[in-house]
Amino acid sequence: MSDPVSAADAAVPHPDTDLPDPVSGEQYDEPTPIGTSKGLVIETSEGAQELFPRRLTEPDELRREAGAVLRLPEGVVVNADDIDIEQTDDETMIINMGPQHPSTHGVLRLMIELDGETVLRTKPVIGYLHTGMEKTAEELTYVQGSTNVTRMDYLSPLHNELVLSLAVEALLGIEMPARSDWIRMLLVELNRVSSHLMWMATNGMDHASTSMMIYGFREREMILAFFEKTTGLRMNHNFIRPGGTAADLPDGWEDDVTVICDTVLPRLDEYDELLTGQPLFRQRSEGVGNLSAEEALALSLTGPLLRSTGVPWDLRRSMPYLRYDEVEFDVIVGTFGDNFDRYSIRLNEIRESIRIIRQVIEKMPAGDYRVQDKKVTPPPRGRIDESMEALIHHFKVFTEGFRVPEGEVYVATESPRGELGCYLVSDGGPKPYRMHIRGPSFVNLQALPLMMRGGLLADAVVACSSVDPVMGEVDR
Amino acid sequence: MTTATGGDTASDAPVLGAAGGSAVRQRRGAAPEILFPTRAQYLDVVGGLRDEGFETCADLCGVDYLAHPGRTLPDGVVSERFEVVVNLLSLSQVRRVRVRVQVPAEDAEIPTLFDLYPGTEAMEREAYDLFGIVFTGHPDMTRILLPEDWEGHPLRKDYGVGRVPVQFKGSPGPR
Amino acid sequence: MGLEDLQHNFLTGRLEDLVKWARTYSMWPATFGLACCAIEMMSVGAADFDLARFGMEVFRASPRQADLMIVAGRVSQKMAPVLRQVYDQMMEPKWVLSMGVCASSGGMFNNYAIVQGVDQIVPVDVYAPGCPPTPETLMHAILTLHEKVRTDDITQRRGLSVAGRPGTGNLASDEGRDTDDAQAPDDGTTGWNPNRPNAVHLGTPKRNPIIARSVGEPL
Repeated sequence: MSDPVSAADAAVPHPDTDLPDPVSGEQYDEPTPIGTSKGLVIETSEGAQELFPRRLTEPDELRREAGAVLRLPEGVVVNADDIDIEQTDDETMIINMGPQHPSTHGVLRLMIELDGETVLRTKPVIGYLHTGMEKTAEELTYVQGSTNVTRMDYLSPLHNELVLSLAVEALLGIEMPARSDWIRMLLVELNRVSSHLMWMATNGMDHASTSMMIYGFREREMILAFFEKTTGLRMNHNFIRPGGTAADLPDGWEDDVTVICDTVLPRLDEYDELLTGQPLFRQRSEGVGNLSAEEALALSLTGPLLRSTGVPWDLRRSMPYLRYDEVEFDVIVGTFGDNFDRYSIRLNEIRESIRIIRQVIEKMPAGDYRVQDKKVTPPPRGRIDESMEALIHHFKVFTEGFRVPEGEVYVATESPRGELGCYLVSDGGPKPYRMHIRGPSFVNLQALPLMMRGGLLADAVVACSSVDPVMGEVDR
Repeated sequence: MTTATGGDTASDAPVLGAAGGSAVRQRRGAAPEILFPTRAQYLDVVGGLRDEGFETCADLCGVDYLAHPGRTLPDGVVSERFEVVVNLLSLSQVRRVRVRVQVPAEDAEIPTLFDLYPGTEAMEREAYDLFGIVFTGHPDMTRILLPEDWEGHPLRKDYGVGRVPVQFKGSPGPR
Repeated sequence: MGLEDLQHNFLTGRLEDLVKWARTYSMWPATFGLACCAIEMMSVGAADFDLARFGMEVFRASPRQADLMIVAGRVSQKMAPVLRQVYDQMMEPKWVLSMGVCASSGGMFNNYAIVQGVDQIVPVDVYAPGCPPTPETLMHAILTLHEKVRTDDITQRRGLSVAGRPGTGNLASDEGRDTDDAQAPDDGTTGWNPNRPNAVHLGTPKRNPIIARSVGEPL
């Protein structure tokens, strides 16, 4: 309600009387600036993306809210009132969750239309972390490229580096030495474990289990310490580069990794007991955020979201890359497509990853950790002091960069969130002409409106967590 | 010993007259088929692929070939400034296919795939936001990554990176 | 606070010390984790690098209840107004810690989409470098801020931004300025003076303050 005290206040549109008339096509005005230039300046408005009140919404959009576009057979009429609520127009409320919010896993903004506590429509608004990484990639050489992509999905940075390296190596047409493949596999699976542990921590936190938050980070610290020993950094490693890895594994890595595996596995059983056995957790996650296989495929979902609906699709098994066809592991598949299924899938994927890691420790071959092709690989650092050619070679690789033949390729790997793909176009130069990263979270976020509809607001938080979005790769 | 998949060269791909492609399981590691329909054939081709068993659209993106007009294309395909690249995935047949459509600069419009693959909603909005390619029939053709009032389409080649000159204290001049 | 108007004498000096001590040891951060730095910020609050020993493990979601805004991550153009809005909603006294190189200067992303340094938008007290800063670096930055709060004059908190003119921290006198943009002072210097009495020296040589520096200047 606006108090008509001054002329300035009278300009503020009153919610009940001043709404634009949809019939006459009147424009929905921007909200008037409030306060002085120092205080709250202008309410953030999304302009054309704004979620309008129900009576101003096109019937098409209301039909979409019930999944009407997802290939319903002809002749089926979707009843917009199929949610069992008393729905009167004036009582729906549009609220804004985020972008600064403790539970949205990053800068995700959700505009939610609520009827009481029940969620009707949701509109995720993204772009608050848009970094222009695809544009930056066109300015960086291929050697520098992995510093850029590694910051997209910052919870599993080695996966991003891997997919870019695989794409570049595909265009180069080089054969990778065996040891480099196995080293990459070890690091990538460790990263999957750390990413899933982080997910369990934040998911537990969203279910209000603060102890899970602390436990998840405790294990993650062990893995990050190993990464620091190997790559030099805890996060954003820039270690997997086109041509191999930046360095070999340190001495004694087998012991370090064995200690990690032996510690994480029994603690996983503790977390299993902490969460899976707990009735509150089960009630909050079973039957919540349901998805069906048809919906998942129509929405291009991949990763644990797709596997929770019963589709046994894992790129490591179906379209193997690196040496995944030489290790044994199971693909974890859910049944109901609800949050609990996704939680179980991720928990068990940690176990499967540890199984893979143990096999990698056994099977790691000796050899080069990077391809010995002079065009791609710089010379060993020791030789730079001795030989002028080595110095020039090093200089050329790191400043001008190596040239990649003209062509285009799409390479996909299985990241903890789903199918992480890289579409790379090269024009024969030292820098990519176009590098597009298919971020799994970007596509998986489309499932949110469907998962949240008809649920309670508290379930919205958990649904968001269950999709496991990482806004770095959503916005790039 | 794995061999990295050779770059998917365009010269191997057929120009498309009608939706084609065999349902034979391709051996792992083979380069995917690349199809080049025109804008008019685009929806039919993708619809045909969907019926053939490509259940999901893995990726849809745009490319601006302003700085690389002389790229290799099969005979009969007229190169335009923009390209929309669609990567489809078949889970049942375990194979991928790529569809590349040329989109001219002055009339940067192409039909939407939203009715066939609802998962392309966000991807098409991103292509519109970064390139300015309009997808006709899309339910919500608005910017997704950049602020609403942003002008310009950043991933176009005539749009600069926007680099700010950096001066370091004590250094002789701006970079 | 009414203490700003008091004169300094022995009695108010002890009171000021008490107030500064209290402000230091119960400083509550606001959650402003944006990107990769947010993960390291969470690591600082978690088990191995426990932030609770400084009384700061409660990350308040509501800016009204927070004292410290740790800007952790890259700030995009779309997020900048939101950042300013959250900063404005915080109550005085408030401090800003710019975590990571992206927040301090735009980092490796010198392009159209990222604000080149969050001090274009809000006045920053401490900068923590790193990509991302390890939890140890972040704690060092937090402790630097604590030093600054404990040893600075209570009546002035908001001094310089990057290399600029003195501010009073009193909003009334900041009237007319929308942001504390970096502006050089009129005397022709760059504004940075290693001999300022209130700058916190960390034991690093006076001529090399780049690692972590605090800002403050007398009225």
